[in-house]
Amino acid sequence: MRKSLEKYYRIDKLPHIWCPGCGHGIITGAVVRAIDNLKLDKDKICIVSGIGCSSRAPGYLNFNTLHTTHGRALAFATGIKLARPDLKVIVLTGDGDCTAIGGNHFIHACRRNIDITTVVFNNSIYGMTSGQYSPMTPLGAYATTAPYGNIDRNFDLCKLAQASGATYVARGTVYHVPQLIKIIEKALQHKGFSVVETLSICPTYFGRKNKLGSPVKMMEMLRDNSITVKAAEKMPREEMVNKIVIGEFFEENAPEYTEEYMKIIQRAQGEE
Amino acid sequence: MSEKNFEIKINEKACKRCGICIAFCPKKVFSSENDKPVVVNPDACTKCKLCEIRCPDFAIVVGGDDDDDK
Repeated sequence: MRKSLEKYYRIDKLPHIWCPGCGHGIITGAVVRAIDNLKLDKDKICIVSGIGCSSRAPGYLNFNTLHTTHGRALAFATGIKLARPDLKVIVLTGDGDCTAIGGNHFIHACRRNIDITTVVFNNSIYGMTSGQYSPMTPLGAYATTAPYGNIDRNFDLCKLAQASGATYVARGTVYHVPQLIKIIEKALQHKGFSVVETLSICPTYFGRKNKLGSPVKMMEMLRDNSITVKAAEKMPREEMVNKIVIGEFFEENAPEYTEEYMKIIQRAQGEE
Repeated sequence: MSEKNFEIKINEKACKRCGICIAFCPKKVFSSENDKPVVVNPDACTKCKLCEIRCPDFAIVVGGDDDDDK
């Protein structure tokens, strides 16, 4: 590891437990580099996670960190942000954690536009519990619990976030890391609820169940199937099947929750 | 590009031999030796650092530790 980045990691906890070729290490590295590029004070950052492979990440990161219950990372993060609005709160969560067990917390955090940055590690499957399908498992894909193929349609997480009221929404992949770092930087600088969906790779469960081959093959799939938001706008619908649209989808300024909450307190105390 | 201070370091303890660095180096700097990445073509390296940022195990450092991380 680069010496200048060592201060952001709990070196004694490394190497991490993620499988060979797991994309989660790449996303964790991108989050660290985004924080380093922005020169944020690491003691003013709190990283929160739920349960799952992705949620192991804060255990390796040398910030204020909180490893919480399944799906509840955003609920804990909301509490932290309201108690300490001066902290930069980052939630690292997985696709199952965020969209299934924590689905309700997710849409309501979006709706409130609370100043939290959420990075979703989307590997399309529950990796830690050996490969059950999640709400992000694509239609027709195989999983331990879908031996004949998944008949549930998956969420489009970015559309869900935008419709729910998130004010910064973007998608990246673990292949396009320089772009991913820039997106996370923008999300961290955004005032309000920001969502970065990152397509990760799970060679051990999703890859094996779907016969996708090595981590390298899975990275090639991300490379070959990704198109930018601009290119997607011009593309006919029938060509869009199985394409991954990456880039920034949405950005707007809206009243932020903790600020609005402080105003209410002031009003209640007659300080208007 | 074999100036002093310039090197590509691979932490063998951290490396899990996923092969991502070998496959995606635009200049084919790495080669596989029993799935282990070895630097075979350092002169071709342009210090793009894609291998470093794509390494899931934080095992690669390009350009020496005192190099500016840009």
